[in-house]
Amino acid sequence: MLRVEDIHTYYGDSYVLRGVSLEVPQGSVIALLGRNGVGKTTLVRSIIGFTQPRESKGIFFKDVDITQKPTYDIVEMGMGIVPQGRRVFPSLSVEENLTLGASKGAEGGKWNLERIYELFPVLAKRSNHRGNKLSGGEQQMLAVARALMTNPQLLLMDEPTEGLAPLLVRAVGDIISHLKEEGLSILLVEQNLSFALKMADHVHVMSKGQIVHSSSPQELTEREDIKSRYLGV
Amino acid sequence: MSFWIEQTFAGLSYGGLLFLLASGLSLIFGVMRIINMAHGSYFILGAYIGVTVVEVTGSWLLALLLASLAVAILGIFMHRFFLRVLGHGVAAELPQVMITVGFLFIIQQASIDIWGGDPMIVKVPSYLDWSMEIGGIFFPVYRIFMLVVACVMAVTLWLGLEKTRAGAMVRASVDDSEMTRGLGINTERLSMAIFGLGAFLAGLGGVIGGGFIGVYPGLDFQILPLAFAVVIIGGLGTLRGAALGSLIVGLMDTFGKALFPELSYFTLFAPMAIVLAIKPTGLFGRA
Repeated sequence: MLRVEDIHTYYGDSYVLRGVSLEVPQGSVIALLGRNGVGKTTLVRSIIGFTQPRESKGIFFKDVDITQKPTYDIVEMGMGIVPQGRRVFPSLSVEENLTLGASKGAEGGKWNLERIYELFPVLAKRSNHRGNKLSGGEQQMLAVARALMTNPQLLLMDEPTEGLAPLLVRAVGDIISHLKEEGLSILLVEQNLSFALKMADHVHVMSKGQIVHSSSPQELTEREDIKSRYLGV
Repeated sequence: MSFWIEQTFAGLSYGGLLFLLASGLSLIFGVMRIINMAHGSYFILGAYIGVTVVEVTGSWLLALLLASLAVAILGIFMHRFFLRVLGHGVAAELPQVMITVGFLFIIQQASIDIWGGDPMIVKVPSYLDWSMEIGGIFFPVYRIFMLVVACVMAVTLWLGLEKTRAGAMVRASVDDSEMTRGLGINTERLSMAIFGLGAFLAGLGGVIGGGFIGVYPGLDFQILPLAFAVVIIGGLGTLRGAALGSLIVGLMDTFGKALFPELSYFTLFAPMAIVLAIKPTGLFGRA
């Protein structure tokens, strides 16, 4: 589904991603772990085209090199993003937030308002509220739902559990499991180790702009050295 | 008493004219985060083209339409071939503003080359060129017309922004343009359309304003600071701000000139400085 090959991304002069490669196979959940500031969000931004890598051997989405494509073309191709910090549009109502990017997508439109409101009843109740009138948890639901409305085949989720109470973390987990069952491929960026281990088929650990460990979630569970060195647990 | 009514009316109608100019400036800033320094040039270009169309065809309505459209096309051209190629984001903003400064000088010189240095006026049709007497006070019909056009435009823009899908795209883009792209929306096409719309409104303002303040070399530099004052007071990127700011500046400029003519720039820019000091984002602006 997605193949990232040796990307190098800078913010101005600061060299953030130092040669990252990874793959997200069709229908799998791949988790990306690491402390703050190691480049996880930059990787997501590079993939979706917010910050284009300065050098790379290519970012292939459905076997098309998207490195030079503008974000809106990448999204049209079937990539969705749940960004860090949610980034709900405050001037738009909940319903406008949802319908803004609504598209039938490559799959012919599995997701529509009706199904979204079924899966997220809280959003149905608040459909006329402005985006900035929602609680943090509701905003997170909206950010996920908004990305689903573009009917993606690959979803990039950047810290979807950040700042959420345990009950809401579980709710996000249920949604991710549900999406996985439906065959969606997901790249999940997380700081919450136990959550990521539960969700993922495969995990990568990042440090200083590079992937320093890749394994199954079971293996990482047992690798105390990696966990204490790179994840601070 | 009649002095106050007359001046208030003059200020409000002048505010209407400023709204045509400032609403576009504000919308363009909202979606692109740049100040269009050529916005005053659109205004004089609208007026000059209006003068010519009236001369050639004799039709003022045609002038209104053709001049605004011509300026809109210029705006779209500027965006498509000069601003858009610079990309988007913080790094593109300064080069983009400098390009608009370049167009300011090009349009300034071109209009002197084409229309000469003498002041001109867009000839207003006789059905608008008279005064209505109400309770012993004379209201120029042309100024009533100006106010009506501004109100119609304000309501149309407001409905367009709040009630349509395109409007939701514009609001989303003002909130967070990067994330708007992240939902598959071509924000470059969107900002081109907004640039064209802003130019259209400024051109329309030019033809209408050219009917009573006329048009002459240097008017671009005179009118642009007024538009700046409007968006600084009202807040950049908001339609409500542009509307309220226009009325405030229109009234302030009119009363300032009537009551303290020697201080007229002070009465105009002092409130702006106060707003900047107390609420730097303007009355309705967001950080």
